[in-house]
Amino acid sequence: MATAVLPQPVQNLINELARLPGIGPKSAARLTFFLLRDGSNQALELADALRDLKERTRFCSVCFNITENDPCQICDDDERDQELLCVVEEPLDMLALERSRAYNGRYHILHGAISPVEGIGPEDLKVDELIHRVQNGSFRELILATNPTLEGESTALYLKRILAGNDIRITGLARGLSVGGDLEYTDEITLGRALDGRSDL
Amino acid sequence: MSRPRTFRSEAIVLKRINFGEADRLLTLYSREFGKLKAVAKGARKPQSRKTGHVDLFMRTQFLLARGKGIPIITQAEMVEGYPALRDNLMQMTYASYMAELVDKFTVEDDPNRPLYQLLSDGLGWCVLGDQLPLATRFYELHLLSLTGFQPQFFRCTGCNEPIQERDQFFNAELGGVLCPTCYAKGKNGRSLSSTALKVLRYLQSHEWDMVKGLHLKRPLQTELERIMQHYLTYILEHNLKSVSFLRRLRHENTRF
Ligand SMILES: [Zn+2]
Ligand SMILES: [Zn+2]
Repeated sequence: MATAVLPQPVQNLINELARLPGIGPKSAARLTFFLLRDGSNQALELADALRDLKERTRFCSVCFNITENDPCQICDDDERDQELLCVVEEPLDMLALERSRAYNGRYHILHGAISPVEGIGPEDLKVDELIHRVQNGSFRELILATNPTLEGESTALYLKRILAGNDIRITGLARGLSVGGDLEYTDEITLGRALDGRSDL
Repeated sequence: MSRPRTFRSEAIVLKRINFGEADRLLTLYSREFGKLKAVAKGARKPQSRKTGHVDLFMRTQFLLARGKGIPIITQAEMVEGYPALRDNLMQMTYASYMAELVDKFTVEDDPNRPLYQLLSDGLGWCVLGDQLPLATRFYELHLLSLTGFQPQFFRCTGCNEPIQERDQFFNAELGGVLCPTCYAKGKNGRSLSSTALKVLRYLQSHEWDMVKGLHLKRPLQTELERIMQHYLTYILEHNLKSVSFLRRLRHENTRF
């Protein structure tokens, strides 16, 4: 098999794309050739978007959301409940809660969850910053909205333990059935919790 | 062992990372095939039928389909979810340590049923939670035996003479006990009390049912843990990830 040598700029982009999660060398080559052949300015617009992503965003110094302005829009909004703090793992979790329109307090983004098998401990997350915020703020309730995975629940246990004694109500999201699912296909742990958390109708 | 296109296996989830849109890439330790990777499509969505069956350390009955690449999970039904791990950080961390050991001491596609059984038992002991350090030492010793690293506790690894009942030394490089005579001749070793050696021998050669009633004093527990950590770290050539969190928790436990 002849080894056709690609021009360096083409090979560079293939290599860079192939480093992204979920993209293999074949998809990377396909995307590269798509951008190469495309007559419009799409490739340059993508380049600008990538540059802006890194140059015009930062972490909010209060909640560690990703933002253009510091503090972020949510931290800067006086209309929101100042005494309610919701802790999530990732910025996308915060976006999901915002889409629900059911929450009007503040957030704190941990940027991950405790995972001993992966070697991720509290020191790798925005935990000290959370402790500082709770100790120096005037929150009446802390909602631990980490994922219902073993890592997420362990993170909530850990936070509950280190934040107890701060004269603040600590709550977690209800654990139950997902909308549109069948009981028949629900795992035992979820079902057990849904039963425990049953409510009057 | 070659696998058919679709295959069934009971396995424990050792690790999992997010993958693609809403998928997870699982590292499983299976009863039939040893360690293997598999994709759980849609497993980050709560409404997926697989989601509640493929969380970390769950023991699950899988149906997998093999294509070109990594096998895809077509069905998953949890056999044991070890729910107590979700309510207790210490127990969860010991379970993490046990799972990490299996991951570090195995390669893919190398079936080892007794090791699978040990892992499954180990998670059960973590759930019970009453003898965590002892169960962990037992687990380490039996895992080493099952993976070809059984430490030698009965003969000196320097001169091959039977070990006498007195304080000895442990040499990780030689993989076992070193007698005081060999140590005096300049071979390296860490001191190992005769009581600790007795416990190690007992743990190595008995079933858990015979071991679980033992009550070891704190200093002895610490000595055993240090020797085992020293040997495991020597074999793996690096520290285990879950150990630092375990130490942190134990340290903080004395404060809470
Ligand atoms: Zn903010
Ligand atoms: Zn000797």
